[in-house]
Amino acid sequence: MTPSAPVAFPDIQWLQLAPIIVVLGAAAIEVLVEAFAPRTSRRSIQIGLTFAALIVAFAIIVINAGTFQLVVAGSAAVDGPALFLQGAVVLTALLVALLMMERKVDPSGDAFAARASAMPGSEDERQFTARGYLQTEIWPLFLFCTGGMMLFLSANDLLLMFIGLEIMSLPLYLLAGMARRRRLLSQEAAMKYFLLGAFSSAFFLYGAALIYGFAGTVSFGGIADAVVGQSQMSGLLLGGIVLLCVGMFFKVAAVPFHEWAPDVYQGSPTPVTAYMAAGVKVAAFGAFLRLMYVAFGGEAWEWRPAFWVVAILTFFVGAMIGLAQSDIKRMLAYSSIAHAGFLLLGVMAVTPDSLSASMFYLLTYAIATVGAFGIVMLIRDDSGETTSLDAWRGLGRTHPLLATAFTIFLLSFAGIPLTAGFIGKFTLFASSAAAGEGWLVLLAVIASAIAAFFYLRVVVIMFFSDPVGSGPSVATPSWATQTTIVVALIVTVVLGLFPQAVLNIADHADVFVR
Amino acid sequence: MSILTAAQAVLPMSDGAPAENVEPITATITAAQAGGAFPLMWLLFALPAVGAAVLLIVGRRSDRWGYLLACALPIGSFILACILLAQMMALPEADRQVTLELWNWTFAGSFDAAFALRLDPLSISFVMLITGVGSLIHIYSIGYMAEDPKRRLFFAYLNLFVAAMLLLVLADNYLLVYVGWEGVGLASYLLVGFWQYKDSAAVAAKKAFVMNRVGDVGLSLAIMLMFLTFGTVTFSDVFEAAPEASETTLTIIGLLLLLAAVGKSAQFPLQAWLLDAMEGPTPVSALIHAATMVTAGVYLVVRSNAIFDLSTTAISVVLAIGVITMTMGAWIACAQDEIKKSLAGSTMSQIGYMFLGAGLGPAGYVFAIFHLLMHGMFKADLFLSAGSVMHGNDDQKNMRLYGGLRVAMKVTMVAFFCGFLGISGLPPFDSWFSKDGIIDAALGVNVFAGLVALGVAGMTAFYMTRMLAMTFFGSPRWAEDQHPHESPPVMTVPMLILSIGALFGGLFFVYVAPIGEWLAPVTGYEESTPVIPEIPLKLTSLAIAIIGIALGWRKYATKDVPRVAPTNVTILTTAGRHELYGNAFNESLFMRPGQYLTRWLVWFDNRSLDGLVRGIATGIGDLGGKLRLWETGYARSYALSMLGGALLLGVVVATARWF
Repeated sequence: MTPSAPVAFPDIQWLQLAPIIVVLGAAAIEVLVEAFAPRTSRRSIQIGLTFAALIVAFAIIVINAGTFQLVVAGSAAVDGPALFLQGAVVLTALLVALLMMERKVDPSGDAFAARASAMPGSEDERQFTARGYLQTEIWPLFLFCTGGMMLFLSANDLLLMFIGLEIMSLPLYLLAGMARRRRLLSQEAAMKYFLLGAFSSAFFLYGAALIYGFAGTVSFGGIADAVVGQSQMSGLLLGGIVLLCVGMFFKVAAVPFHEWAPDVYQGSPTPVTAYMAAGVKVAAFGAFLRLMYVAFGGEAWEWRPAFWVVAILTFFVGAMIGLAQSDIKRMLAYSSIAHAGFLLLGVMAVTPDSLSASMFYLLTYAIATVGAFGIVMLIRDDSGETTSLDAWRGLGRTHPLLATAFTIFLLSFAGIPLTAGFIGKFTLFASSAAAGEGWLVLLAVIASAIAAFFYLRVVVIMFFSDPVGSGPSVATPSWATQTTIVVALIVTVVLGLFPQAVLNIADHADVFVR
Repeated sequence: MSILTAAQAVLPMSDGAPAENVEPITATITAAQAGGAFPLMWLLFALPAVGAAVLLIVGRRSDRWGYLLACALPIGSFILACILLAQMMALPEADRQVTLELWNWTFAGSFDAAFALRLDPLSISFVMLITGVGSLIHIYSIGYMAEDPKRRLFFAYLNLFVAAMLLLVLADNYLLVYVGWEGVGLASYLLVGFWQYKDSAAVAAKKAFVMNRVGDVGLSLAIMLMFLTFGTVTFSDVFEAAPEASETTLTIIGLLLLLAAVGKSAQFPLQAWLLDAMEGPTPVSALIHAATMVTAGVYLVVRSNAIFDLSTTAISVVLAIGVITMTMGAWIACAQDEIKKSLAGSTMSQIGYMFLGAGLGPAGYVFAIFHLLMHGMFKADLFLSAGSVMHGNDDQKNMRLYGGLRVAMKVTMVAFFCGFLGISGLPPFDSWFSKDGIIDAALGVNVFAGLVALGVAGMTAFYMTRMLAMTFFGSPRWAEDQHPHESPPVMTVPMLILSIGALFGGLFFVYVAPIGEWLAPVTGYEESTPVIPEIPLKLTSLAIAIIGIALGWRKYATKDVPRVAPTNVTILTTAGRHELYGNAFNESLFMRPGQYLTRWLVWFDNRSLDGLVRGIATGIGDLGGKLRLWETGYARSYALSMLGGALLLGVVVATARWF
């Protein structure tokens, strides 16, 4: 390109990009709201804007259904998988937003610190809390994060993917540190997540650089052409793939890149934990699927051995260490690790069937996860949430409906028939076996049988253990949390009984645009 | 020859085999076409399911009437089952396969796991057993659990079990079988651990659950493999497509199904949970761990006969497992002193007979089911009688502390004695027909198995006589403050009804309603000719039973039984008392390695990388750095683990390229 040549501006496909634009735009407006709106009305404005943006974004995603094209000069894709998973992210975000606005379970406010800048345990903090301050910046952060997720999973070149990754991650690092209770634990979690996240981003970037060195382009289509044209795999390419995968493995919490997850899940405010476990998983797997299918799908046999190792480690370590946990949030963290292991089967299969199965799995897993964390928020003592499993003893006797709801989520995680989780596991495993990974499916089934123990252990604790002292203390939530739990429950049961409609949608969305 | 002629005249010689080779059922008719009560067959499992739901949801408010509802609903199912049975008998033989699609649980494109039920001679036989025996045991439980504060919960679980078990046998596809399969496992877990304040009960429940899960993995894998191979999991489609699959595939499917069956039916090598499961209330032992759930494995094998017929390997393994467990169970039953554990050993052994029957292929399927039905009656009778004995003796289980109860518990003794007649192989009672049917067929197919079965029949008679004598005969050995008393009629009447089944079930199913001709269209049948002619064989079997009884009587009725188990016993008895070391085997082979692996992983996950970092620091000798590392720790060791992971991936990818 000579200096004098005019810069070619790409066409912007506004409608196709509208969901992302709406969400990120609303986030930007919310920043202004923080600056100009009076304190008293900020919270309601922020909540109103957030829900409006998410609902509008979802509506546009529905309108865009069937779109199959590259946008912005090929750097992003609007196709079946992108729309399906963006829809899943937005739905998850809606449910999480309801959890974030919950103010009834904690007498002093929502799940977030009154002033994140106040020193934990200081007089300032006490004052802010006593005055009932709320940190309303969580809402723009939350929307930026959501927009980042949507961008991340529809990015069609390495640069945009990295940008999406960071837009998604940076707000999360902040949100992780803003818990109202146990603030030191929360700040430690944020710090760890940030440090390790930065470390993994470096891997991703280095990998992107190597791939650029190999292919001379960062677009997935271009990389795919370069990969297929090769007679001899180059070290640059393989090194690049490995490094990119490390970055992705970190985000999806695959072993041995998982160790942050239990600490961070435990320390973060529970709505944020729910979003990490559900939203991030959907977005990261969406991006991971696109990366491996579109850019490197042609040489799957080269990188698959690495996935074998990671997947086996992930589902076994997740299942077995989960057994030893005594904290519900850590246990759910290991559960999410095990689920990541199963989902890796879908990533490495590289067939349309496994793509649609993975997407269905992600949707069911995400919704049930948000519901489960919604219930975790309600089990409390004087110092806030009590995540120790001991506090759950006898819940089935004192609060049978709540315990039944939690049981249904756990059964879905365990993949017991008639729940959405079963359909997800079944279709995913079947598609993976059809892709010739039968022995891996065998191991996965064994791992899921082990994992079923720790889910059922919680069921046993809830229904068959005698309550400690006066029994678990359960806060009565407002309509917001109730809505989240009920919606998640309905989705989990209905997708278990009548999955076909949603499976059809996933099946029609089983090809990536190139 | 005069003995033989006399024997032929006196002894019932038929064994219920079909008279001639029967054509298999080919046509499937829908419930709507069949009309009558068939479209209502979903009520069979829905009624008890509603009972369970009502009792659990309404909670304490239903304490006063809940148990009556819980009894009424299975009885309702039983009445409906009788109507359906009558209707099915009126159908032409080739049409006796009625399906009812409740809703179509299809997903993933071609996956057709319709929520469909199927009623054919095999499933209706099970339905009759489950609802009939189940109803009686519900009624018995009114008395047995009268004092229990959680009686409502008990009945809720019992209803849940009946519903799940009915779903299991009514399912028209393997996926729905799996649902019922997990359901009965859950109910069993809840009921075994019902008295959870007893540690032993809680542990037993967990153990039963864990070992069952091992089997369940087999079933889920089998379903998965069927779906991949045939594209369907519906019975008729799978069986139709089976001949086109390779024998290796069929063998793997068969072995996986067998793994499931072995776990559920407490067969070798997953047998160890059954004796512990006796910690549950006795009605549970009678219903779940004798009459119904533990026989689900036999059902699964017989139902899948089209697969097992095509794989000689799989079916031979069924046979071998049957032979091994049959012997092990009888051996354990001979040595246990707790009445229920001895009966549990006997259950293992009798189910071993059924597996042996099923392992014979078409020659044995009908006898396996025949024996299963008979066993359901006489073993339920024996367990309920044993429960009655315990009920009247302050929950004493040790037979060494019974003795001479025939005076105080006459009705119970009569019921137990009827069960004894049913199981011990004397003519003309249940096992004389059903067990000998298996032995006959075995002698025609596999002589070794047949001879073992003949020998174990003697052991059966021996341990049953031992139980009978130690409990009801001999001198009283109870404690001073123990006042044996008869149970109320709400318990004894169900026992007596089951006694009638234990006495005359065999005669009924051979001469009145020939079971072989009824079942053969589903299971197929091939005549097998035993190596020993029929009359000498029958006489031998009778002689063996009598010898067993005589030995048992001489040892336990005519001599004093010590109140404390003697220790100077043969190694065989010691082994039997320790359940043939099944627990030690499991612990050393599965449990401990599993525990160590988990512990090691946790340890590794928490500390080892940290330790590695510390170790490196120490090696360098930088004291300050060492202290700093001690203090900060985690985030950096996580990062190190990520780095290690990245290297690992690089190595794996690079290595894989070399191959």
